[in-house]
Amino acid sequence: MSVLVVLEQNAGKWNRMSFEALAAAKTIADALNVPLNAAVVGSSIEALAKEAAAYPVAKVFAVQHDLLARYTPDGYTSALEQLIKASTTEAVVFPHTYQVRDYAPKLATRFGQAFVSDVVDIKSEARKVLFVRQLFQGKLNALVEATGEPQFVSVQAGAFRSAEASSSGASVEAFAPQLDPGKIRSKPEDPFREAQRSVDLSAAELIVSVGRGIKEKDNLHVVEELAQVLGAELAASRPICDNGWLPMERQVGSSGQTVSPKVYFAIGISGAIQHLVGMKGSKMVVAINKDENAPIFETADYGIVGDLFEVVPALVEAIKKAKA
Amino acid sequence: MKIIVSVKQVPSRDSALKVNAAGKWLDESDLSFEMNEPDAYALEEALQLKEKLGGEVVVLSAGPERVTQTIREALAKGADRAIHVEREDDGGQDALATAHILAKALEGEAPDLILTGLQSDDLGYGQTGVVLAELLGFAHATIVMEVEPLGTTVRVKRELEDGWFQNVVLSLPAVLTIQSGIKKLRYATLMGIKKAKTKEVKTIPAESTKSAAHIDKVYLPQRSKQSQVLTGDPKDVAKQLVEKLKFEARVL
Repeated sequence: MSVLVVLEQNAGKWNRMSFEALAAAKTIADALNVPLNAAVVGSSIEALAKEAAAYPVAKVFAVQHDLLARYTPDGYTSALEQLIKASTTEAVVFPHTYQVRDYAPKLATRFGQAFVSDVVDIKSEARKVLFVRQLFQGKLNALVEATGEPQFVSVQAGAFRSAEASSSGASVEAFAPQLDPGKIRSKPEDPFREAQRSVDLSAAELIVSVGRGIKEKDNLHVVEELAQVLGAELAASRPICDNGWLPMERQVGSSGQTVSPKVYFAIGISGAIQHLVGMKGSKMVVAINKDENAPIFETADYGIVGDLFEVVPALVEAIKKAKA
Repeated sequence: MKIIVSVKQVPSRDSALKVNAAGKWLDESDLSFEMNEPDAYALEEALQLKEKLGGEVVVLSAGPERVTQTIREALAKGADRAIHVEREDDGGQDALATAHILAKALEGEAPDLILTGLQSDDLGYGQTGVVLAELLGFAHATIVMEVEPLGTTVRVKRELEDGWFQNVVLSLPAVLTIQSGIKKLRYATLMGIKKAKTKEVKTIPAESTKSAAHIDKVYLPQRSKQSQVLTGDPKDVAKQLVEKLKFEARVL
């Protein structure tokens, strides 16, 4: 019996969330008292597999095939299905990346198993492992129990501290899956980026960020005034940019920019995880929201439960006074 | 082109959420419900594809009787007919069980495309579309921003992480999970609402399925970080905050 963590690489570069998943997988393996193995999937990944062997794992599987050079859900699912079937695996752990979201549900279904995705915590007792997931964008938590084996689990960004390489020198084992090009039904083209960003929020010292709570585009002046008086950059959560109220380049979060200012003002932002991953490096977070249960208050150093249309103008006045 | 749109009804976004007595799901007595927002974008994509290419848009939804309200809304916006898989639920089913029920309901439909939102606002598994594709033997793509049918294939623009995108060509039939916010959602017209009343809604009972994962407990998250809540009227809290900005963050 063993636990398997699937590490993610793209074009030879690690997705750093892989090592958070490795740490989570290690806690499961320790709870079950079984060894932890890691898998790296791709076409020329020997060097990466060697790097992975320095982490606290028993064995690294280098899952290689020319058809895995570029990610496809059919290719990855089939390759990992073969690897998992070749050994006795109690649990398979993934980082909760966009790519994992694309194929891990399919892989779990091949085994008739549920995929417990986006887990933020793991509880174990007497060889039983339970998973904590967020519901309603983080407003509630659920304790989830999966039955049958293997269990399939993905781990939310930032929920576990990355495992450290220790150069213990695990063995690397090549695994060559049988893949049929006729069974790969998607043809991926080259990834691309749209127009170069002209706003670099990552260097901003002060950021005033606005979310759904602003209600209408015409209300934006309320937060613009705050940004102006502070000399801060204006940013937003995804819905604001989707609506075209602010340009996409001002979006903070998993699909936008990652920021780490001295102070981050989250105004009318509920704090969905996709947003939090982009701003949790901020030194100080100030949240203003009318919902006292908004998950943003979990991340905030200072929280104000109230109507932003009253609080923000009062703050603008107070800052003006302080600066005068 | 025949398109199935799989939609879920979820508690309204601004609902006050109360855990039920059993501690395993919500107390639904005071809740209002709405169409899962990501699914509304999938419906919009389907309706626009139909306007361009012709064909049929069929709405598929599983849930108790209240779900018919969401189905009527989709029909009023322009879907042609609907399938309602009737099941009493406590809301906490895993995506595999739900996808099984949906796959069963689609027997004999033979769609070209199945569209759904990239995740639900309540459970947030983000899996139902992918599992459904696997159960039906269809190709799939997730987090899709643009859909361009090309006869026997479809070309889609997928969102990757960190501002990257990728075009992918898939064989049909396929399941696509649609990213929210790309197209503007339409409102139902008065005429549409009227017409919806005459459209076919096929109600079928849900297959009984066994869940492979279940919720033991639902609870309010404990704050791991002690955030300090500033209280008082707006003027008071503004003054307190300025102190923090000045002496702690030293940015004023």
